[in-house]
Amino acid sequence: MELYLPIAEMPINVLTVLAVSAAVGFISGMFGIGGGFMMTPLLIFMGVPPAIAVATGSAQIAASSTTGTLAYWRRQALDVRLGLLLLCGGMIGTVLGVWAFGALRRIGQLDLVIVLSYVTLLFSVGGLMLIESVKTLIAKRRGQSAPGAQRVHKPWYFKLPFSMQFSQSNLEASIIPLLVLALLIGFVGAILGIGGGFLMVPALIYFFRVPTAVVVGTSLFQILFTMLAATILHAATNQAVDIMLAMVLILGGVFGAQFGARAARNVRGDWFRLMLAVLILTIGARFSLDILVPPQEPYSFGTQETRR
Amino acid sequence: MRALLLLIASLAWLGSARAESLVISLSNQHVDINSTYTGAQLALFGVVVRDGRSATRADAYDILISIKGPSGLVTVRRKERFGPIWINREQRKFADVPATLALIGTRPFTDIVDRDFIDRFGMRIESHVLPKGAALADDFGAALIRLKKEDDLFTIRDRDVAFLTPDVFRATLDVPATGPLGIYNVEVSLFAGGVRLAQAETFFTVGKVGFEQLIAREARDHGVLYGMATAAMALCFGWLASVIFRRD
Repeated sequence: MELYLPIAEMPINVLTVLAVSAAVGFISGMFGIGGGFMMTPLLIFMGVPPAIAVATGSAQIAASSTTGTLAYWRRQALDVRLGLLLLCGGMIGTVLGVWAFGALRRIGQLDLVIVLSYVTLLFSVGGLMLIESVKTLIAKRRGQSAPGAQRVHKPWYFKLPFSMQFSQSNLEASIIPLLVLALLIGFVGAILGIGGGFLMVPALIYFFRVPTAVVVGTSLFQILFTMLAATILHAATNQAVDIMLAMVLILGGVFGAQFGARAARNVRGDWFRLMLAVLILTIGARFSLDILVPPQEPYSFGTQETRR
Repeated sequence: MRALLLLIASLAWLGSARAESLVISLSNQHVDINSTYTGAQLALFGVVVRDGRSATRADAYDILISIKGPSGLVTVRRKERFGPIWINREQRKFADVPATLALIGTRPFTDIVDRDFIDRFGMRIESHVLPKGAALADDFGAALIRLKKEDDLFTIRDRDVAFLTPDVFRATLDVPATGPLGIYNVEVSLFAGGVRLAQAETFFTVGKVGFEQLIAREARDHGVLYGMATAAMALCFGWLASVIFRRD
């Protein structure tokens, strides 16, 4: 079943896209991440122009994080105060990111920046998580408590000015590092068409010791509003949001996410983190193949602007 | 030299002037893009109209057709090794290259017209891509042609015009699904014995209609509103899903 995309100006197979977005939705629901870092590359692989894949992906992430946020809200596993603070930083980052996106597209290096950032991010985050979760698992097997729990020292960046209390997250820290973190993730997210959940979740766990139970809901809450803003900004400045593609992605994604969230309840925390780390590393490896293996076809041509 | 060639060609044309003329018609002047659009096919019919007094020709008629899509600038990039990674380094811009190009004929083109004149009738892809007088062994140009051929944007079909009667012919024109919107120019030439006897031109347009047109226009003219509508849709679907699946 083919559907013509009015903005991407190409037909796509609806069933294929539905299947792919449902699969990504399943994984995103399971790990509480938007899944954009899988969806965007897959769309590009299907022939959707990168700019449109990135911009449209933000609409899909908005939809799936709506569902997720509502679910965590009902379970009270959401720190609204922390979420709102992260949102402030995220918004500024998103505005800057959408602007940089347009600038890079004009220079013609957008694709390279996208691939390189993906590889760097996925490997560093995935690697850190893998080491951490394996350490925890080994420690547990030996009957010790997790090494993270022994550290009671507050890191230096907690003690910066403008301290704030986040009771639900059991956190009292300066808002400066939190804002900077959210700004960076918002910036990267707007360029890469990702919500940044896979960055935010580990960052909050490892750098700010926010309890895992609250982290996912809070991150989704922040992502929801950042991605709504990104959708509107991308539509307004880059005219790259395809509403038909967004609809197909959303349909597949929200249903997949429901089943993913259910599957996640049967997985233990440590294994959960190990699985997420492996997943992130796998995608990083797939990306690095693109730039490490000598290409069979070294030539490519860009989107052609024709006179109407 | 070129002027001389042109002179000879036009004399040859004048010599046989009005002996034959071409009448062509397309099955459709507009290709409408709707939600189920996956490319289109048009039929081209042509009739060779002969001056009653002229004698029948010894050589059979041949037809060459070129369908040229909207033109524009295209950038070709080449991946090169940069340290451990392969990235796009060198690039070449080609101005005014047709986004799509289809060349169709009754027989292999060099059997119809002398190899030296092929370019003049626009029946060689290279002449549409490379700037006039550019070296033929251009890597970037050759790559562009190869890639466009792989995507079926450039096609050559050299036995695909059928004469239904000695004077009436028919050809199928394909519009690729990823071809751009705009005007596609169709040029038809009638040949016999290596000489062009007549020529005719027409065009068709590819454009969005109805819902697709509405969406594209809104996205362009009211970007903020369009983005808000998309965002609202995302919220709605997300909320709906959580209502549908709410069990606990």
